[in-house]
Amino acid sequence: MDRPRTIASNAAGLSKADYGGSPSTLCRGCGHNSIASQIIQVAFELSLRPHEVLKLSGIGCSSKSPAYFLGMSHGFNALHGRMPAVATGALAANRRMRAIGVSGDGDTGSIGLGQFKHLLRRNTRMVYVIENNGVYGLTKGQFSATADEGLDLKYAGHNDLPPIDLCQEAIAAGCGFVARSFAGDAKQVREILKAAFSHRGTAVIDIISPCVAFNNEDDSPKSYAYGRHHEKPLHELGYIPFADEIVITESDPGELTTVDLHDGSRLKLRRVEEDHDPTNRIAAMTRLMEAERKQEFITGLLYYNQSRPSHAEAARLPETPLALLPEEALRPPPEALERTLQRYR
Amino acid sequence: MTTPPAIARDVTNDFSLVVATANGTGSQTANLALLRACFHMGIPVCGKNIFPSNIQGLPTWYHIRVSKDGYVARRTSEVLVAFNQATVDADLRELPSGGVAVVDAGLAHGVERDDIHVYAIPVKALMAASEHKGKLRDYLANMTYVGVLAHLLEIPLDAIEAGLDAQFGGKRRLVDTNLAVVRGAHAWAVEELTKTDPFRVAPMDATRDLLIMSGNEAGALGSVFGGVSVAAWYPITPSTSFIDALRDYLPELRQGEDGVPTYTVIQAEDELAAIGMVIGAGFAGARALTATSGPGISLMAEFAGLGSFAEVPGVIWDVQRVGPSTGLPTRTSQGDLAFAYGLGHGDGKHVVLLPSSIEECFEFGWRSFDLAEQLQTPVFVLTDLDLGMNNWMGRSFTYPDQPMQRGKVLDADEVRERGFARYRDVDGDGVTYRTLPGNDAPGAAYFARGTGHNAQAVYSERSDDWVENTERLARKFDTARRLVPPALDERVEGASVGLIAFGTTRYAIEEARDALAADGLHCSSMRVRALPIGEEVRAFIEAHERVVVIEMNRDAQLAAILRAELPDLAPRIESVAYLDGMPFTAGFMRERIEPFLTPRSLEVA
Repeated sequence: MDRPRTIASNAAGLSKADYGGSPSTLCRGCGHNSIASQIIQVAFELSLRPHEVLKLSGIGCSSKSPAYFLGMSHGFNALHGRMPAVATGALAANRRMRAIGVSGDGDTGSIGLGQFKHLLRRNTRMVYVIENNGVYGLTKGQFSATADEGLDLKYAGHNDLPPIDLCQEAIAAGCGFVARSFAGDAKQVREILKAAFSHRGTAVIDIISPCVAFNNEDDSPKSYAYGRHHEKPLHELGYIPFADEIVITESDPGELTTVDLHDGSRLKLRRVEEDHDPTNRIAAMTRLMEAERKQEFITGLLYYNQSRPSHAEAARLPETPLALLPEEALRPPPEALERTLQRYR
Repeated sequence: MTTPPAIARDVTNDFSLVVATANGTGSQTANLALLRACFHMGIPVCGKNIFPSNIQGLPTWYHIRVSKDGYVARRTSEVLVAFNQATVDADLRELPSGGVAVVDAGLAHGVERDDIHVYAIPVKALMAASEHKGKLRDYLANMTYVGVLAHLLEIPLDAIEAGLDAQFGGKRRLVDTNLAVVRGAHAWAVEELTKTDPFRVAPMDATRDLLIMSGNEAGALGSVFGGVSVAAWYPITPSTSFIDALRDYLPELRQGEDGVPTYTVIQAEDELAAIGMVIGAGFAGARALTATSGPGISLMAEFAGLGSFAEVPGVIWDVQRVGPSTGLPTRTSQGDLAFAYGLGHGDGKHVVLLPSSIEECFEFGWRSFDLAEQLQTPVFVLTDLDLGMNNWMGRSFTYPDQPMQRGKVLDADEVRERGFARYRDVDGDGVTYRTLPGNDAPGAAYFARGTGHNAQAVYSERSDDWVENTERLARKFDTARRLVPPALDERVEGASVGLIAFGTTRYAIEEARDALAADGLHCSSMRVRALPIGEEVRAFIEAHERVVVIEMNRDAQLAAILRAELPDLAPRIESVAYLDGMPFTAGFMRERIEPFLTPRSLEVA
């Protein structure tokens, strides 16, 4: 199968353990922990150099998790809903950094919805993971904006409001990489994460990550039991780093769609149940809306478009990160001051 | 037509002129040409635009003060240009006795005064000959009062031309188009008007080495020389022109190799995002700023707290306008001092710089970055609408007199040699060492956070970690006291009363103090240029029986800060705190200061 070879050290000369973080303080069985594990695995498999990775988060259960992976990478645990602004500033200052942000449904879908959408408009190059469980865990179980309409929970009662579908929001905002997965599907999470790291701009991955404490009643659409029965994989993904010879053994090669990623690597998609074209924005929206109507999760890469330049590209940022420019590049000489002041004499 | 009063003795280079027009009629060009013409003649001037929060149609007044003595505070205008139908009656009524009114003859008004000099300009007739039509014609009509004033005030036409030239950046066609109207109106005035008033200007040599520029331009230019690399902002009056100026200077001054910019300016979706970007960029090691005003500062509160607690450098310019709430968006204020100083929940205060002039806007423009990086904290620079948006004279700016102070940043080799713990106070000054993302030394990475943390930047809810950290931050704030620009002490030997002020109130205070001194009433003064205050402020207060803290807000914010920080001296601290949206006049200042100068304080050596 497409499982990467497990080796003691990767191309960066690091072992998987080198990508670990502090022990998790989240609940046992929390989907977020599984996602953190996949991030560790993917960073190892991609041979990311930890010092070139920047971890970002907002506030909430999800946002604690960057402490639990990539302990050798710089990180910034920002404010509730404000990770996008911090990411934008940090990556404007240092465009070389590979960034991964972890947010939650409250962080992204409620308090931070505005920043989320503007981040996508700017197309700041980062992987944006939403650990979506439909509840506010840290404050003991209120509905979030992604909670399903009509849902009944012990603490929060009945939810009258329609959910915000963060994948639809992402596509509407101009995001060029929109995927959805399920925390229990480690393989798919890994594959999407790998592809996301190759994307030119912001790559959004909405991962349904059930809250074991507050939103895991079997009839809740964001519970494990519900997810396992209702999840409909849209594609099977395999990620092949361009320089690597690993070949996916596909059961039905005739169904393969190959997506060329910005960095020259390739993402291969397999149509499982429908002829979904991930480069068709309207089709992606339609598919999401249909799924929403049927209360299904459509997982996989839903929309992909690498045509928009990243923020760093559009802003024509210099190759040398702004943060590393020497004083000579930052402070014009005395003659320049004199010349400018002539206008005001 | 009123009967002009008898000609008084000449009043040369010592009066104030106000031009009353409607917003959006293009009068700003005419006003600035007049201002620059006087400046070109070597006469000290200051221009103040009193404008509405409106794009077009509401009344606006432009004040130009000419002062042979170099005073630049606002004062009652003796010369009025009345070009706005909506305000002409009130404008004429407010003119002081003996004043001059240059009125558009097309305006209807019902004011009959025989104690002022009235000159009516047939604007419509003068423009009839113009080949220009529509909006351009309306803009050009403002040049008629420039021509008439040139005659009445004896401003040479070549000075007007120089003013227009500066205004249009040397674009000859625009200069000529405007100048033609000026000349036409001037010729008409020479022919038709008999000067009955005493106001005139005469060449001086008092502006030779001076600049004339707005505080926002000066601050932006200073920031460019401070190495600003990321500017994130959201439009808000009166700070927008700060970013406009930045975007004007940067392409010319900060092009790297192959013309690639060494900066980026990001228009954010709101002020929350703007400050978030500044904090992100500061964390990653770039010099970042935002410019805003009170409502923006309100939105930035949470990030300001994060910035100070996670210890991230950044610079926030607050060009103050009148609050609370939307308040008076186009009027000036010093009302954000207390809020900015303590911005954010929980314990902690911020470094706040308080420039009063274009020279200080420039200097604090670059120095704020040094301070922010040395102290690893957000630094606020509080100006006001009056300084930020109006044109002020100043001495030519001094190039930064020290290399950039990038603070305690460890590179990879240094981390390998000496180890690293993000929040360990190695030097005892409360300022710890940091690393930047991208540092590849083992142990160089850390997780910045607004949550409780220990010296290793690891999450901690331990009481001892919390106390150790916050006490260190207090120690750092004491370090800041020694690094920020000190208060300036103008001591008068033997004076028992001292004035303490900050920012632009200095101009009215200085003029009032001179007038009081001429009458034998003396006092010392001190101008605070930053918070936290240093030892010099305590020394100044200790040296006087009473100090009067003067500020442009209702709640006496600086006085409250001083009383809280120097409780033993609180009984000596009195207050003059007032805010109506207009810059203080010297007359008002004198009226408010004089009662403190009792005979006791007259006993001057």
